[in-house]
Amino acid sequence: MSTNPITWPEAEVVSRPFVDRLHEWVTTVDHKRLGLMYIFYALIFLVIGGIEAAIMRVQLSAAHNNFVSPQVFNQMFTMHGTTMIFFVAMPLVFGFANYLLPLMLGARDMAFPRLNAFSFWLTAFGGILLYFSFLGGNGLYGAGGAPDVGWFAYAPLTAPTFSPGHSTDFWTLSLLVSGFGSIGTAINIIATILCMRCPGMELRKMPLFAWLNLVMAGMVILAVSPLSAAQIMLLIDRYLGGHFFDTQAGGSAVIWMHFFWIFGHPEVYVLVIPAFAMASEIVPVFSRKPIFGYPVMVAATVCIGFIGMSVWAHHMFTIGMSSNANTFFVLSTMAISVPTGIKIFNWLATMWGGKIEFKAPMLFIVGFLFQFLIAGLTGIMLSIAPFDWQLGNSYFVVAHFHYVIVGGILFAVFGGFYYWFPKMSGKMYDEKLAKIHFCLFFVGFHLTFDFMHIPGLLGMPRRIYTYEPGRGWDAWNLLVTIGVFVQALSVLVFAVNLLWSYLKGNLAGNDPWDAWTLEWSANSPPPAYNFASVPTVKSRRPLWDLKHPEDPDWKYE
Amino acid sequence: MITLSNPGGSKKDCVKRSMLQRALLIVFSLVSQAFAEPMTFASPTNIFAPASTPAHSIYGLSLLVLGITACIFTIVVGLMTYIVVKFRRRPEDDDREPAQVYGSIQVEVAWTVIPILIVVVLFMATARVIASVQSPTLDNAVKVTAVGHQFWWEYRYPGLNIVTANELHIPVSDPVHPTPTLITLLSADTDHSFWVPRLAGKTDLIPNRTNSMWIDPQQTGLFLGQCAQYCGTQHAKMLLRVYVQSREEFDRWVREQSQSAHLSDTVSEGRRIFENTACTKCHVVTGTPATGQFGPDLSHLMSRETIGAGVAANTHENLRQWIKNPGAIKPGALMPAMGLNEHELDAVTAYLETLR
Repeated sequence: MSTNPITWPEAEVVSRPFVDRLHEWVTTVDHKRLGLMYIFYALIFLVIGGIEAAIMRVQLSAAHNNFVSPQVFNQMFTMHGTTMIFFVAMPLVFGFANYLLPLMLGARDMAFPRLNAFSFWLTAFGGILLYFSFLGGNGLYGAGGAPDVGWFAYAPLTAPTFSPGHSTDFWTLSLLVSGFGSIGTAINIIATILCMRCPGMELRKMPLFAWLNLVMAGMVILAVSPLSAAQIMLLIDRYLGGHFFDTQAGGSAVIWMHFFWIFGHPEVYVLVIPAFAMASEIVPVFSRKPIFGYPVMVAATVCIGFIGMSVWAHHMFTIGMSSNANTFFVLSTMAISVPTGIKIFNWLATMWGGKIEFKAPMLFIVGFLFQFLIAGLTGIMLSIAPFDWQLGNSYFVVAHFHYVIVGGILFAVFGGFYYWFPKMSGKMYDEKLAKIHFCLFFVGFHLTFDFMHIPGLLGMPRRIYTYEPGRGWDAWNLLVTIGVFVQALSVLVFAVNLLWSYLKGNLAGNDPWDAWTLEWSANSPPPAYNFASVPTVKSRRPLWDLKHPEDPDWKYE
Repeated sequence: MITLSNPGGSKKDCVKRSMLQRALLIVFSLVSQAFAEPMTFASPTNIFAPASTPAHSIYGLSLLVLGITACIFTIVVGLMTYIVVKFRRRPEDDDREPAQVYGSIQVEVAWTVIPILIVVVLFMATARVIASVQSPTLDNAVKVTAVGHQFWWEYRYPGLNIVTANELHIPVSDPVHPTPTLITLLSADTDHSFWVPRLAGKTDLIPNRTNSMWIDPQQTGLFLGQCAQYCGTQHAKMLLRVYVQSREEFDRWVREQSQSAHLSDTVSEGRRIFENTACTKCHVVTGTPATGQFGPDLSHLMSRETIGAGVAANTHENLRQWIKNPGAIKPGALMPAMGLNEHELDAVTAYLETLR
């Protein structure tokens, strides 16, 4: 595609005062602006969460290091985990869904624009509330500041006895508030997908991106609700004399674990399914082929959604469950590898026989495929309950889930960033910088998370602020720490690329990738109303039909 | 269509790439030199060096899993590499789209059924190991109750009249006459987890819940581990030490530990200070008014090699420093500094050093 300079109608663009423009953003109900706000918000918290990770890694770079106190370290891993899951990954997922779904479905906005804005601001205030704890909290043993109970906040450490002050309250309330935001957005996504599709777009003709986000949104409702319930119970325990989780008064620590993980495990799929969604859009376009086995991909995703709701107690293999319960959760957890494997094979089959163009989006998706495969294989190891008795709560687990979240989800999201950046900004990113970003991030990622498996195998538990010399952990930990700084450097390149391209980049045009879904028929960036006239589609690849009238898809579907 | 190669800039790219390669080479050689010595898989807590039946069963199963996953990895990554190399767009390619293939039920069935078969195999093997580790037949087992505290371990031997802390002593298990150890796991406050990787997988200690695990170490020696469930500020320094002894040594240890504390008159001043300070509210010294239950039993303190749940060797200096201010050695430890003066510190240390 050539990017000839295009002259745009400049008449409407009148520079208005900053306050007016700010007011427009704050009061907007436009799905695109809300989507961008979600994404921008997530990127800010990505940097904050990354700094927290770097502080931990400096502390762990050598045995008996004294960079931070145990109290600060415990706050860092609590805040890092909570931030990255609830205020980076979730907003990123929602941001892309918000921005892209109406465009892909040929709609003018989400089903409930005001609910959309409300949900965003709840999420935003949740994050601000969490970080206000640094000023207003009061942690364990007068440690001050932020929550330090871990991101899964096991009872009874959250009970007033062990967690005096307000740090745990900030954690609970911020998750409660942002949780309601998540549920609101999930309802909105489901309603939009089910009710707002343009004429001709039957469910079986939606882009896979929409299908996968539909499953994600369903899982959000099922998973976040028990979490919110548990947070309310915890508040009742802490302030109204309840004893749900208060073991000193006969409560149950295990009940909290069940509540948390019936949220916590589906949450992994809530985050990874949108990453699958991005891969399912990017792989076909850069291989120049339609997705292989569309109905099977949909079925596999729905399957992951259902099985994903029944695997939570594999996080609890070490709590002394009966052998029957352990065996059940081994089976359900292993079962999920089958539909996941199907998806990987289908992406590979899509690439098979194509003409794969390794632009930045595709590079990141290939990285995603490679790392997600490894994450799946270490996941199989962890699903073996006896193996988990050794590996559970060790650095092996930390390495495994970072392989999923960074190696899988974040790689796919970076791919998505580069893929849709031209649509969102109207400008083309810098390909060379993007490739440098990929190389640095790939090297940094593998330096960090490949070597992180090893101390776990050598008996290093997670969440320790320091460790004893002579355990054979030192050298591996130093390598891991070095990798973190390579990753940080690559994220800097990414930020420079986005900023520079936004300000100085070439105009991208409406369809820079010669792609096939409806968002590429809208202007870049799309106007508030998205489409001048509501499109009509006949197949899964409406723009293919348009570009190849002699060989349209709808003849074969 | 934009093609990947840029005829004008290709030479420059080449030069750049070789510089990058050189830089990477330098970094790698530096890193490998720096780590050549200590980068090792040798560790006293290596899960692949089992010394007890549960750890052995897990080890055997893990080899099977590692083998299968290694095969899957090799096949899929091989396929991925082939696809990426074979089907990449080449500069000489024309603009025509490749053949548009929408799917194939046959291959979908194939890559559904094969993973299902692998899952069945893995599941069967796993179910067997779960059953064997979780439902053992333990005749003449030594019974120990481990109680997790913030941030130390209490060990009780019901029937042997022994209460001790942080250093677990058990007899070696002779394969001909096995003497396994059955550990009942309780918690006094928050969640903890008992993990000595060479002996067994971890099992959590959860308040209001009774868990158990068993080990039957087949060699004598010291086995290390540490708490594996976040339990508060000093989770990191809640270390586990398991001393596996020959039957004779273990019986001797039992005889010594089951006696009351040896009280010597030469340190009566230290004892007086100890008993008139709040020490007795948390610690036990058998045969004295010290009957507190929150801290470790000190009746045989000097029989232990470490203090503070394994954080420091049990030397005169460390013990004195610990009594003076535990937070200096283990910030966040629940024992307060008692504000003793130098003379009192010496006296109390001298008293504790007689508790053998």
